[in-house]
Amino acid sequence: MTGLQVSNSREKLVVVGAGMAATRFVEELTSRAPNAYDILVVGEEPQLAYNRVLLSSVLAGDLSVDDIELKPRHWWRAPGVSALSGCKAVEIDAAARRVVLDNGASVDYSKVVLATGSHAVRLPIEGADLPGVHTFRDVQDVEALSRLEGKGARAVVIGGGLLGLEAAYGLARRGVDVTLAHVMDRLMERQLDAAAADILRRLVEEKGVRVLLNANTARINGAGRVEGVEFADGRTIPADVVIFAVGIRPNADLARQAGLDVGRGAIVDDGLETSEAGVFAIGECAEHRGVCYGLVEPAYEQGRVLAMRLAGQNASYGGSVVSTNLKVSGVRVFSAGDYLGDDDSRRIVCQDPRMGIYRKLVMRGDRLVGAILVGDTNGAADFLDLIRSGADISSMRDELMFGAPVQKAA
Amino acid sequence: MFDGVEAPAPNEYLQADASPVQATATRSTCPYCGVGCGVLASPGAKGVIGDPAHPANFSRLCSKGSALDETLGLEGRLLYPMRRQADGAWARVDWDAALDEAASGLRRIIDQYGSDSVAVYLSGQLLTEDYYVANKLMKGFIGSANVDTNSRLCMASTVAGHKRAFGADVVPGCYEDLDEADLIVLVGSNAAWCHPVLFQRIMRNKEERGARLVVIDTRRTVTAESADLFLQLAPGADQALFCGLLVHLAKTAAFDDDYIRRHTEGLNDVLKAARTIAPSIEATARSTGLREVDIASFFEMFAETPRTVTAFSQGVNQSAQGTDKVNAIINCHLATGRVGKPGASPFSLTGQPNAMGGREVGGLANSLAAHMGFDAESIDRVGRFWNASRMSKREGLKAVQMFDAIARGDIKALWVVGTNPAASLPNANAARAALAKLELFIVSDNVMSNDTINGGAHLLLPAHAWGEKSGTVTNSERRISRQRAFLPAPGETRADWSIFSDVARRMGFAGFDYRSAADVFREHAALSVFENNGARAFNIGGFARLSDAEYDALEPTQWPIQAGERTGRARLFADGGFFSQSGRAKFVAPATPSLATQVTEDFPLRLNTGRIRDQWHTMTRTGVSPRLARHLAEPFVEIGAADADRFGIEDGGFARVATPYGDCVLRAVVTDRQPVGHIFAPIHWTDETAAHARIGALVAPFVDPFSGQPESKATPAIVTPLRFARQGFFLSRRPMALPQGVWWARIAVANGFGYRVAGDLQDDDWAETIRAAAASDDVIQLIDETKDLLSGAVFVDDRATLIWGLAPLSPPWDLALELFALERLDSSERLSLMSGRSGRPSANDGPLVCSCFSVGQKKIEAAIAQGCRSVTDIGQAIRAGSNCGSCRPEIERLIKVSPAARSSTNRTTTGQLA
Repeated sequence: MTGLQVSNSREKLVVVGAGMAATRFVEELTSRAPNAYDILVVGEEPQLAYNRVLLSSVLAGDLSVDDIELKPRHWWRAPGVSALSGCKAVEIDAAARRVVLDNGASVDYSKVVLATGSHAVRLPIEGADLPGVHTFRDVQDVEALSRLEGKGARAVVIGGGLLGLEAAYGLARRGVDVTLAHVMDRLMERQLDAAAADILRRLVEEKGVRVLLNANTARINGAGRVEGVEFADGRTIPADVVIFAVGIRPNADLARQAGLDVGRGAIVDDGLETSEAGVFAIGECAEHRGVCYGLVEPAYEQGRVLAMRLAGQNASYGGSVVSTNLKVSGVRVFSAGDYLGDDDSRRIVCQDPRMGIYRKLVMRGDRLVGAILVGDTNGAADFLDLIRSGADISSMRDELMFGAPVQKAA
Repeated sequence: MFDGVEAPAPNEYLQADASPVQATATRSTCPYCGVGCGVLASPGAKGVIGDPAHPANFSRLCSKGSALDETLGLEGRLLYPMRRQADGAWARVDWDAALDEAASGLRRIIDQYGSDSVAVYLSGQLLTEDYYVANKLMKGFIGSANVDTNSRLCMASTVAGHKRAFGADVVPGCYEDLDEADLIVLVGSNAAWCHPVLFQRIMRNKEERGARLVVIDTRRTVTAESADLFLQLAPGADQALFCGLLVHLAKTAAFDDDYIRRHTEGLNDVLKAARTIAPSIEATARSTGLREVDIASFFEMFAETPRTVTAFSQGVNQSAQGTDKVNAIINCHLATGRVGKPGASPFSLTGQPNAMGGREVGGLANSLAAHMGFDAESIDRVGRFWNASRMSKREGLKAVQMFDAIARGDIKALWVVGTNPAASLPNANAARAALAKLELFIVSDNVMSNDTINGGAHLLLPAHAWGEKSGTVTNSERRISRQRAFLPAPGETRADWSIFSDVARRMGFAGFDYRSAADVFREHAALSVFENNGARAFNIGGFARLSDAEYDALEPTQWPIQAGERTGRARLFADGGFFSQSGRAKFVAPATPSLATQVTEDFPLRLNTGRIRDQWHTMTRTGVSPRLARHLAEPFVEIGAADADRFGIEDGGFARVATPYGDCVLRAVVTDRQPVGHIFAPIHWTDETAAHARIGALVAPFVDPFSGQPESKATPAIVTPLRFARQGFFLSRRPMALPQGVWWARIAVANGFGYRVAGDLQDDDWAETIRAAAASDDVIQLIDETKDLLSGAVFVDDRATLIWGLAPLSPPWDLALELFALERLDSSERLSLMSGRSGRPSANDGPLVCSCFSVGQKKIEAAIAQGCRSVTDIGQAIRAGSNCGSCRPEIERLIKVSPAARSSTNRTTTGQLA
């Protein structure tokens, strides 16, 4: 009887999306309030939730798709949790507190959490829809690209951010002839300054990736399938495959449909609640204080905060200090916080281009506010902690860059 | 007449561990100070060590001598004759062309303007043979006595004082006197740094025989640290002190009446004058700024100690009353009969290795040759001996006057040999500017570039350097020693005597057909005995017929050496026999003590100048030794704490030192060594080695009326603080050109060039300086805006070719130096150039104290903390101070000030009480 009573008291919670944010949220919530909710996870992709961050490793052939599953199948069958894969939520009726699925079914909810992630962006240019043009977002993309075996294959990755670099590296590892084309004058300009980006470019080139900078893609050429890429300055390069890695757009389709306040993403408050009571959003689809995060860490943080709140605990999300870790084997890149600094900040920069090392700390007064580490990422976690905590570092200023002095041998 | 015993070689100075003489080693003498130490020199790794058999040093060498092997490289050497082209650049010419140009140029100027429009400026670094030929050419054939030497800046007052007192320029005593004296008075002498080997003899006497040491100086030098009594007297007050002493000796019946009666004249008048200047201890105290009790103590010591040596140096000589100071000292020795007796003599410590030899040949404008003057008889005698075509008939212009005459345009041709007057003369900027007026300006030297050459020389003649030259030098105790070649002459360098001879022959003069240095020496010796008959002190007639082989094998010998003899004399005048007309020594009354200049509101301080322990003159040689550079690396000014406060000077900061003649920018050292109102700066840096540190440019050009020696130690001056946004260092494999406005000092480092720098450049301008000096684009950098720090390195392969560190406070460079010395750096060493951490404990040993064993202050302090309580302890524990001994006073001071040593003394005391 007790069990039934508990069961009867469970609130119906629908999670739309079965990606990394959703998984972390469910995990946090079930551990904090094991009996509070009946949770239904609705996922569009056919497979179980996986670690999207590791897709480049799958592409590189270092891991298989199975290796990157976040949770085993039975985890999704734990008490109070159920999952629907390959099924898309197409409508939220907030007034009725009901979610409509693409198979026509509808599910009532007491609370709904949007974790719909984002869309990979395709440039609106001629040829963008030709066969052989891919994005690099999900397992399906990776599986398609993985078929590009062989020395002869030529790929052009468009976009020199984190995703593009990882895709390019993954393809290069497969023996594909890869050109990375980036519209800006440096790689990863949203995480790196020019000097760091220059070292990164060299390191990436040493991995076998050709890098084209200031390469503004004008069109993708091909009769019936991709044959080459043409840039605004007239340069053209032949290609058998083109991968767009030019960014993501928060997937706020459902939120918009439901009439929620939407900016780039579904706008949430510090409690991760949208403009509609009982409707929450986390991860890449959410816009918090004007920021849509495209990284997993804020998504996890949001998932944790929301889980705590729904478990009746005190928690609030104040925004994330973002850090970036590039996962290209042998090329360590870390960037966090205000990596450029301003007139009020002071920089400590240590660079050894030949050894591929660039380390930069940005200080404001006695606080660390940003960091870039290339090549040698020792201390990254500590720096991130210091940036997040805003702790006074005046007493450790001398040790900050190089760690504590080496102890003399006794 | 003479103490007829050749000084025995005191075997106790032989070091038990002295290395056996290498069969291949060449016996020669050190080229630095006037102690004239013997060395055993070998090319290559065996280097240069002390000669156990040389009586000046018995194998000991000071820090400078010990580092001679680091100074023998050819970097910067002048190897070929060079002529300045119209565009100012140098072009190589062959010897024939160069010699013709010199000869015809001199001839033309003599014909057009007369003999006295020509001048030769020589060096105490030259060998006697070089000096002899130059002097003969000028005074016997060109017909002018405008031959002077940098000895004028060094010892001229002593020469004049000796002549006045003894009738000849004779040092009466010998080094053994320093071993045998019971009281040694050092006046104006920082012997611990400037004559370290003699100072070690004094200290050994003190330790073993209990001799007492009195140091009289305006500065509390390291020499003073070792004294039983230190009298820190006011500048220019030496005569007052010694007049007071003479009065006191009279009062206490300490005179040697017999000696006075038999061998001297003029005491009464001089005593009268002394009583006017310093009638009492009270009056002496007023004139000298000393405490009466200290004066009384000194007077008493002097009066009661028959075996007293008063040794004096530049503090006495470099004064507008230097000659009077010398005589005031000699007066006290004459009055007590302490002249030329074992352990009892006045003793001039000569500054240069061959200032004495130069004096002997007549290389000063006011002497003719071989201790003869410009009296008609001497002119005739020397003229006959030389078969001279055009004898000069009167004294020539002394150094300062000579350059004044150049500035006026009276002298049209100047030949500078082995010295750097544009740096070392007083009012040196004016001297340098004067050089531009010359119609013919010849420099014989062994460097391509110095302040004098860059002052506008027209013709450069490459001379042998030390190690290549062969000839003789005379040290402070009249000891003639051979300097022998042990290195091949590089390029087309030649001996100075042969260069002078070649020019003389090309000018058509006979008597210059010398085949060897021995030829020259024999002629010099023959002149010394020519019609001498005991009238002239300088007599080496015994050497006039040396064979070439005998000359080559010549043992160090003290003159006089009479015809027919081969041994010399250790001491003179113990039994009179002076060289005045009367045969008596003269007491000389000094003028009322005063300085040549007055301090003013604008220039309220007085600038003293001098040497430091590990550098020599303008650093041509010592400046290339990394080991020597580690002692005191930068040009600096010492200032007392009260004056530093008054003028806003920070210890370790920068100070602009200005006088009415020029200004310098120097590192400031705030120290209790300096008395209130007086600052000190070392003389060594030039435009070759620093941006703005030509101390000669600050010095007033006022000279002693008798000696012509300038007052280099008391110029009115002002200091103002100077701050730079950044300071630090560069280490470069190649010489660097630093931008205008950047203060720099070049420092010798292994396999490259070190620069200490300071400046207000923008980051971009520093970056540009670095780019210009970089040999590749393999650059590592640390830029720390929180500390305004710029540091980094440039690599070629795995070798650092440029390293720098710049910050508001100078970043330490010890680790950088260590890594710069390596041929290849591994990746952790490479990283440590940025992190500044080696992980190895030896990286920062503090300022170097012991040059010989490269021991820094921190290591010595650690040894003291571990229980070392004496210099001997330290030597046994970490070797510091156990070789040349130059650093022993500094080690003693470290022990004295060490908290560990102090507290252990306290504990002992407490223990005894308990």
